[in-house]
Amino acid sequence: MKDSSEDHAPRQHWLGLMAKAPKGRVATLLDQTMTRPAFTWLRAPEVGSTMVRARAGATGSPFNLGEVTVTRCALTLATGEVGHAYIQGRSKDDVEAVAVVDALMQTTAAMTLQLQVLDVLEAEQTAKRDARAAKAAATKVDFFTMVRGED
Amino acid sequence: MQAETLSGGFADPAIASAAAFRQVMEAMARPGTIHTLTGAAPPAPLSPATGAVLLTLCDPDTPVHLAGALDCNAVRAWVAFHTGAPVVGPSHCMFAVGGWNDLAPLSAYQIGTPQYPDRSATLIVQVEKLEPHGATLSGPGIKGTHSLSLPETRAFQKNAGHFPLGLDFIFTSGDHVAALPRTTVVNQTGAI
Amino acid sequence: MYVAVKGGERAIENAHAWLAEERRGDTSIAELSIGQIREQLALAVNRVMAEGSLYDPDLAALAIKQARGDLIEAIFLIRAYRTTLPRFGASLPVDTGKMACDRRISATFKDLPGGQILGPTFDYTHRLLDFKLAAEGEVPEAATREATPGNVPHVTDFLNHEGLIEEAAHNDTTPPDLTREPLEMPAERALRLQALTRADEGFTLGMAYSTQRGYARNHAFVGELRIGAVPVEMDIPELGFSIEIGEVTLTECETVNQFTGSKSEPPQFTRGYGLVFGQTERKAISMALVDRALRWEELGEEDEGAPAQDAEFVLYHADNIQATGFLEHIKLPHYVDFQAELELVRKLREEAGANSVPEAAE
Repeated sequence: MKDSSEDHAPRQHWLGLMAKAPKGRVATLLDQTMTRPAFTWLRAPEVGSTMVRARAGATGSPFNLGEVTVTRCALTLATGEVGHAYIQGRSKDDVEAVAVVDALMQTTAAMTLQLQVLDVLEAEQTAKRDARAAKAAATKVDFFTMVRGED
Repeated sequence: MQAETLSGGFADPAIASAAAFRQVMEAMARPGTIHTLTGAAPPAPLSPATGAVLLTLCDPDTPVHLAGALDCNAVRAWVAFHTGAPVVGPSHCMFAVGGWNDLAPLSAYQIGTPQYPDRSATLIVQVEKLEPHGATLSGPGIKGTHSLSLPETRAFQKNAGHFPLGLDFIFTSGDHVAALPRTTVVNQTGAI
Repeated sequence: MYVAVKGGERAIENAHAWLAEERRGDTSIAELSIGQIREQLALAVNRVMAEGSLYDPDLAALAIKQARGDLIEAIFLIRAYRTTLPRFGASLPVDTGKMACDRRISATFKDLPGGQILGPTFDYTHRLLDFKLAAEGEVPEAATREATPGNVPHVTDFLNHEGLIEEAAHNDTTPPDLTREPLEMPAERALRLQALTRADEGFTLGMAYSTQRGYARNHAFVGELRIGAVPVEMDIPELGFSIEIGEVTLTECETVNQFTGSKSEPPQFTRGYGLVFGQTERKAISMALVDRALRWEELGEEDEGAPAQDAEFVLYHADNIQATGFLEHIKLPHYVDFQAELELVRKLREEAGANSVPEAAE
């Protein structure tokens, strides 16, 4: 079951990228790119939770922090490719779109989807992160020392 | 992972697992009665009834032990995808699945603690056939006596002796299921 | 003792209908949307997520609307909903060292790598009511400045290099989970941290404040406080590798406490840790102080009998849903209980009266 890390790195990246996309965004980009292929559910969209763990003192022993809502599904295309998706939140439409893209990324449509879906998402997320980081940077304190009265 | 190992789950999980749970509960509440359990299509050598029990009772919080021939890639992958249950050794499992001989020795499984007798394993035993004759069962949930084709009797007598601790058993064959909780007294036919 | 009482159905139905009407309030005023609550009452949403122990801003906003702004009632709704969700598994421990920091301050070092980033804080506001907010209007855009790329290091790492602070022992054991097995004493630190992160903010604040006022003296410095988003990564069995399934905003507080040493430990700084869902600064600092106070035993400190050192007292009274459930149940029918008490008191009075009558007659 385990693949070597180089094998799954790209898939790991695109699944993570799509999981962090805003509501409805993956579906919109996918539908702008192509007509969705027919598929069969291996696991219909299901809403559940994941226990988020953290470490005491940031680096120590793990503890349970609390849960996050997660939706997952799995499907297979008529051509046999299997698409999986696990995304934060409770959107069954979004999880379906992510699984469809995941399956299609294993077909000849990969190049098109990379350009028109994944690269777009990546650029949007980078822009959003940078914009926030820039606001944070503007609140960074520039200390300067006042010279106190001396004789 | 292949699509084949990912198929064979309940078509409508909420409805099907509730129906299957009812059957398993009936089987456990009325030891020795045989019930039909359908809806799952697991990979061989899992039987449909075993598959349905796993889909109904197992999740990421219930470690599962796969014994003997059942411990194969196809079953591991199917269990991982459909239940999320971690596969572990006999001493840490909450459910164990396998043929009767493959599950031995029974002393390897947790039988609970006096404070928490429920922290014990349930063994899902795949048998060739499940018929209403053989050993004689009596005890809670049984009006008079029942008969059930058990693989043996000594082990179940010994298990009942641990009460309130002990193991519980679910027997499956094809799409049939029966159960033997730790409360049931097992005798050879005619010995009661 | 409870007795089933019938006959209140219609009254209850009518009470529910009136509740719905009161919740809506004056219909000439626009109705609140879930999005408005999520975006504009974000800190209330954060508290409901933290104490409800479920990260989902839309659900928390819905709960606040349904609860008419009663946050404990909203937390109750979230806790109840949470129990209906199948759990798919657990994430890998989040790495707060990779946090995209909105805020990051240290009270111990002025100049530190990454700098003091104030973020969207109330700290330097004048606490004067801003009547401009009573009128609707555009908000000026926040200023920006070029950010330094890369992760912001933890302050405790610097102290750690010098060996001046205790090591946070690293291991990968599966932590106990109080949502699965009931909380039992003695509770190891992992269990205490889980209980504290979902504990009532007011209770945690009160406990933390008591340590500052001298009940379990432990003078704490905020070594670091950071707020920001971290990715949540989870192993997916059917894939055979882990993927990021989303992102959560967390508030992390690491306190540095002076420690003069014990039989087993040299003089050094010790740590208290707070980590809470959302932007929940007061709670995270409180959590770190209470965590540190509860560690007295493992650090070989003296039991001063302070409330914040008593794990059983703190952990068994920190959960506001347990507390409010038990507290509020006493308003429900106890007719038979009270009848029995009434009978008893009457009988005692009769006996007392019977005894005192002859005396009075003398």
